[in-house]
Amino acid sequence: MSTTEVARSERRKRVLSAEDAAALIPDGAVLMIGGFMGVGSPHRILDALVRTGRGNFTVIANDTARPGVGIGKLIDAKLVSKLIASHIGTNPETQRQMIAGEMAVELCPQGTLAERVRAGGYGLGGILTSTGVGTVVAAGKRVIEVDGREYLLELPLKADFALVGAHRADYYGNLDYALTARNFNPLIAMAGRTVIAEAAEIVPVGVIPPDEVVTPATLVTHLLEREKINGR
Amino acid sequence: MDDKNLIARRIARELQDGDLVNLGIGMPTLVAGHLPAGVHVFFQAENGLIGLGPRPPEGMEDPDLTDAGGGFVTAMPGAASIDSAMSFGLIRGGHLDMTVLGGLEVDERGYLANWMVPGKMVPGMGGAMDLVTGSKRVIVAMIHTAKGEPKVVKECTLPLTSLRRIDLLVTELAVIQPTENGLLLKEVAPGVSVEQVIKATEAKLILPENIPEMQLH
Repeated sequence: MSTTEVARSERRKRVLSAEDAAALIPDGAVLMIGGFMGVGSPHRILDALVRTGRGNFTVIANDTARPGVGIGKLIDAKLVSKLIASHIGTNPETQRQMIAGEMAVELCPQGTLAERVRAGGYGLGGILTSTGVGTVVAAGKRVIEVDGREYLLELPLKADFALVGAHRADYYGNLDYALTARNFNPLIAMAGRTVIAEAAEIVPVGVIPPDEVVTPATLVTHLLEREKINGR
Repeated sequence: MDDKNLIARRIARELQDGDLVNLGIGMPTLVAGHLPAGVHVFFQAENGLIGLGPRPPEGMEDPDLTDAGGGFVTAMPGAASIDSAMSFGLIRGGHLDMTVLGGLEVDERGYLANWMVPGKMVPGMGGAMDLVTGSKRVIVAMIHTAKGEPKVVKECTLPLTSLRRIDLLVTELAVIQPTENGLLLKEVAPGVSVEQVIKATEAKLILPENIPEMQLH
């Protein structure tokens, strides 16, 4: 394939700046954000989102990292009105806003959160898990018995936007991930109506072999332009 | 050896060659430093790694490679990266041989409370509820009392982590095995008497005829 063909290919994603990506996200949007303690979060999109001044977001993510880090920046700027997460212990500001009633927080066991996101993306009506049976997590949820064992019916989660942090993207938007930066990213890429991916590196089509593509390009709506180094 | 390392060393003796093991944040991570000779296990980090290795040298950390506490780690030869759904599939699906977790309270039923203190500490359960519900074996590493108050109690007053009975409790004073009939005192720590354990425990303990001293080597 010649360079002109690459340039003309309809399947090639047009890259967006972080500012343009953030501008797509309206007030009150439901956002799924990848990352675990900030590892694997789409940091440039989050920074740009803070700069837009928009907010009232519902955020679905494993955690809120720490103040000043990753999703913690959205919390610091008070842009989140509702949070669904498994762990907020590392972010005192999240806890403060929750206790002060400034932000609604739904705590969800981590494995259940992963499966609820997966169910949303995979077209399932919910999942049954024994995690949480008989605990405060079970409040208000249906208990379903299967083969003599009790399970909670946990409902699927979907989002207006999935903000994905990836290791590499190719020009089509196929993604792979690095080590523990993978975490929730491949799951949310299935569950967002609009998927914006921020990769550390953008490589020519074919560099990521088919067997190593984790998130296929068809799922990715927008790709963030590469990060400029020394202004280039 | 300090109390925490004594607990970690005793728990390390429960590991079997080839096990897949998840260590909770804090005291449980010390277990990795006490593996008996010849025992090789895979440690899981629930944020997505099988084959967790020790902290890398200063200045050589990989920002994309951390444990569930966010600390820098390495990946051992033969390690595998997985997403969060598979990570918890391993935990709930009966593929995880053992988890070692910290505790706030353990009661006579063998129930564990370890994830919140209402009105004081609401960090969220993270992976704890899945780990206690799904792991093949659940071992709790806990200092026996908190400011003189017993943590091995008749009935947990704090919100439970799971209705699954834990398999073993190891403290700096004793090894206790929850059973259908109550808490069985299995071992006492070196230099600790059965009476000392009973005094530091609110829950009723079942006392077998022979209660050996904790073996650490």
